[in-house]
Amino acid sequence: MTYLRPLIVFAGLLSVWQAAVSVFAVAPFILPGPLAVLEVARERYDILAGHAAVTLTEILLGLVFGTLLGAGSALVMAYFRQARSWLLPVLVVSQAVPVFALAPVLVLWFGYGVAPKVAMATLIIYFPVTAAFYDGLRRTEPGWVDLARTMGASKAAILSRIRIPAALPAFSSGLRVAAAVAPIGAVVGEWVGSSAGLGYYMLLMNGRVQTDAMFAALLILAIMAVVIYFLIDAALRRLVSWQADVDPASLS
Amino acid sequence: MTHAEQDPEPDTRQPGLAIRNARLAWGDTMLMDGVSFSVRAGGWTCLLGESGVGKSTLLRTIAGLVAPIAPTEIVANGSSEFENQIAYMAQQDLLFPWLTAAQNVAAGARLRSEPVDDRRVHEILDRAGVAGRADARPAEMSGGERQRVALARTLMEERPIVLMDEPFSALDAITRMRLQDLAIELLADRTVLMVTHDPFEALRMAEKIHVLRRDGEVRATLVEPAGPPPRDPTDPALRETHGAIMTALGGAPAANRGPA
Repeated sequence: MTYLRPLIVFAGLLSVWQAAVSVFAVAPFILPGPLAVLEVARERYDILAGHAAVTLTEILLGLVFGTLLGAGSALVMAYFRQARSWLLPVLVVSQAVPVFALAPVLVLWFGYGVAPKVAMATLIIYFPVTAAFYDGLRRTEPGWVDLARTMGASKAAILSRIRIPAALPAFSSGLRVAAAVAPIGAVVGEWVGSSAGLGYYMLLMNGRVQTDAMFAALLILAIMAVVIYFLIDAALRRLVSWQADVDPASLS
Repeated sequence: MTHAEQDPEPDTRQPGLAIRNARLAWGDTMLMDGVSFSVRAGGWTCLLGESGVGKSTLLRTIAGLVAPIAPTEIVANGSSEFENQIAYMAQQDLLFPWLTAAQNVAAGARLRSEPVDDRRVHEILDRAGVAGRADARPAEMSGGERQRVALARTLMEERPIVLMDEPFSALDAITRMRLQDLAIELLADRTVLMVTHDPFEALRMAEKIHVLRRDGEVRATLVEPAGPPPRDPTDPALRETHGAIMTALGGAPAANRGPA
């Protein structure tokens, strides 16, 4: 039933969409019905799959680099007091400068291939990952650190055996946000300049007023984003399985 | 048997722990100054006092978690170097939620990257009465079980001096009493200094009680209840000592004092 409910909601929305298109006779180039979109997706399956593979590669590489870079920065800031004053401003600026505004520059530097999109996705997830993990690392239960110190633990052991495991729930929150926004980075990168990928294909179809094909690409992008999110979510749940999961709605 | 008086000059014989001229400050506020007392080797001593008197900070200073302020002198077994002789147990169990009970008991060895003696871990868990919970995580255990595991972890460290900061205050009355008895049994050969704000707990468990009271300045008063711990809470002699402690704490019957 848990899995059925979202499906019912989804099917309901699609029906409303199809009904609206049929009843109001909306021109297909303005808003194609879901059936038309599915039809195009089926017809151009191989073309869409090729573009989807490019975008997927960009998203996954961006996630890997952004997570490594973010986790690394957070660890360096948590471990070295001096590094904090150097890295924190960079972190804030990385968020203050609109990453999308950098897209043209990234294309200029890295060309039309996969690289600038990976860079976009990396930049866009760097902040949430770093901020969440660093926050988690800073908020270690002081009692644990006291206990470890009386046990003769080194600073490195306290970081690796207490502060990092204790920060994993916070890190997971950051990574979930990253999983949700990484596709945005990749697609915006494609819009600015590219020759492949779902974002490129959407712009191309937009120019040719093939709105149904645009929607088909959007549909595949949405499915990819949701699957990536749920896979990462499932992996993170296993990683921090020790954390008691409390549903706020069950508290009264 | 019961005598409440100013603690005499620290012993010249080798005590388990001697605290001399303790000075504690919280920021610019002086918490205590010139407090001295001793803790007998192999005995159970309680530091009793109301909240805010500085007893926890004093314990943390002895544990090496807070840098001592001159002229504070802390001497263990005749030496001021006693880094690896102290085990510390706090009010919260401080179990790591991502480790099982057995792994938590071995936390010290894990943190020092030493090999873990699994046989000993299970033996100690058994002595603490939680042998069946070795593979449970803290979230699956009751408060009493968790504190038993924390006690087992303290025991596993094999340190001659054990410092406890209100370790049982978060437990219900019955569980608390069981754990008090268990702690006395398990820590029989250690020098224990326990901080508590509960006079009854101190009376049940301690050979010597240093009552810390702020009266202008903080001073330590020694109370020695009769008989070996753990004492029977229904013993009338205990009630009498309880009265003496309440007087020492400044909580004498209302008739003797103005309105609170």
